[in-house]
Amino acid sequence: MIEVKNLHKSFDGRSILNDISVKLEQGRTNLIIGQSGSGKTVFLKSLVGLHEVDSGHILYDGRDFTKMRFKERKLLRKEIGMLFQGGALFDSMTVEENVIFPLNMFTDLSTEEKRERANFFLNRVNIMNANHKFPAEISGGMQKRVAIARAIVLHPQYLFCDEPNSGLDPSTSILIDNLIQEISYELNMTTVVITHDMNSVMEIGDNIIFLYNGQKWWEGTKDEIMHTDNPELNNFVFPSKLMRIIKDQA
Amino acid sequence: MKLLYHIGRYVQLMLRVFQKPEKQSIYLRQIVIEMDKLGINSLGIVIIISFFLGAVITMQTAYNFENPLIPLYLIGLTTRDSMLLEFSSTIVGLILAGKVGSNIASEIGAMRVTEQIDALEIMGINSAAYLIFPKIIATLIINPLLTIVSMFVGIFGGYLSVFTITKLTVADYFYGLHYALNTFYITYAIVKTIVFAFIITSVPAYYGYYVEGGSLEVGKNSTAAVVYSSILILLFNMIITQILLT
Repeated sequence: MIEVKNLHKSFDGRSILNDISVKLEQGRTNLIIGQSGSGKTVFLKSLVGLHEVDSGHILYDGRDFTKMRFKERKLLRKEIGMLFQGGALFDSMTVEENVIFPLNMFTDLSTEEKRERANFFLNRVNIMNANHKFPAEISGGMQKRVAIARAIVLHPQYLFCDEPNSGLDPSTSILIDNLIQEISYELNMTTVVITHDMNSVMEIGDNIIFLYNGQKWWEGTKDEIMHTDNPELNNFVFPSKLMRIIKDQA
Repeated sequence: MKLLYHIGRYVQLMLRVFQKPEKQSIYLRQIVIEMDKLGINSLGIVIIISFFLGAVITMQTAYNFENPLIPLYLIGLTTRDSMLLEFSSTIVGLILAGKVGSNIASEIGAMRVTEQIDALEIMGINSAAYLIFPKIIATLIINPLLTIVSMFVGIFGGYLSVFTITKLTVADYFYGLHYALNTFYITYAIVKTIVFAFIITSVPAYYGYYVEGGSLEVGKNSTAAVVYSSILILLFNMIITQILLT
């Protein structure tokens, strides 16, 4: 479980995250939603230390990340997998090399064992016959799936996904969403997904946190979101007539 | 103030670059790859430039030696000393600052804007060390070799140009090459090359590593990297010369 307490973050005196406290449960898909500029990505990057927070605490199963030194953070990060918005696959490496890379860096497995494990995870994310292709030679959806395989190849305890559906068509988005949820359950990970895709919210949102102007505005499940009377959340989740009709019928 | 900020950040980056590697075997493999990419791939341009530099120095010197009291073997000596003292280290260094420097800045900069560097950090890898350390070590090893190749090719270029100069004989040219040879010049050139190699890799790496924005900023930082590495090469050329030759 990740526990965030009173998190504050600002850039050049402008407050981006304001007193955020949340609990991100293990074995569940925790969704962080909000409009563009609401602080979602800053929140995610603060959780993993890509942004230093101004104040507050981030506890990874009781271990305070904000108080850790550089070397301690490096150790903890071996328990973290992250899927970036654009995939962030290494351009100079093939699909297989990308997935093997964390194994090369942190394990003493033989070449054959590393290949076997990489191929197991590539198959798990439904990537076949693309091992020797470079990221530029595969589609955006495939890149995301390879990035998921790379993120989970070391069996992380925590998985962070930054807008996993951006730039993907609706059917591929649902495939990626389902894949993330299945893997989270299988590996019993604490999964945190940043999204503003309503399909994702309805498909995989075990625990949903709505950020508004850098504050935690609402928290609940996908069932509760259908019956919320929070006006800001309603405007965000049900912006169109069609969505409001769906809500009324729910 | 901005200069101090950049110097401070550069020093911080270098401290991270020279931290203990996560896995030495991976870094060793990377060094070999970078030696090929940054060094061997530059061999062609070094040979071409050095050849023509040597040839032109010889022709220009011969053109200026009109006085019959000046012995013609000094043309060979001038070619040799010009290549050893300045051209093989400084001029080749400046050219490599353009070729290798822009390559490093744009490669690392593109990795920054596409979040590949963040991905390395999240994996618990010291991205600065992983990306920059092998490049620095590779150029520190390979650039002195390129300089030595440049010296030989430059002198060979001068030798071939002798055939276009009617008043100069091959014997005069070779006598000049051997005349009053100071081997410390080679040491001086190698020292300069090592310092320049560090500048050529670390300064562009710094500009690439701290790119903020998109592809436009990557381009701007690549240009800045080449400009500042060239200026630093010229500055350190003067400092090293002052220390070693005066």
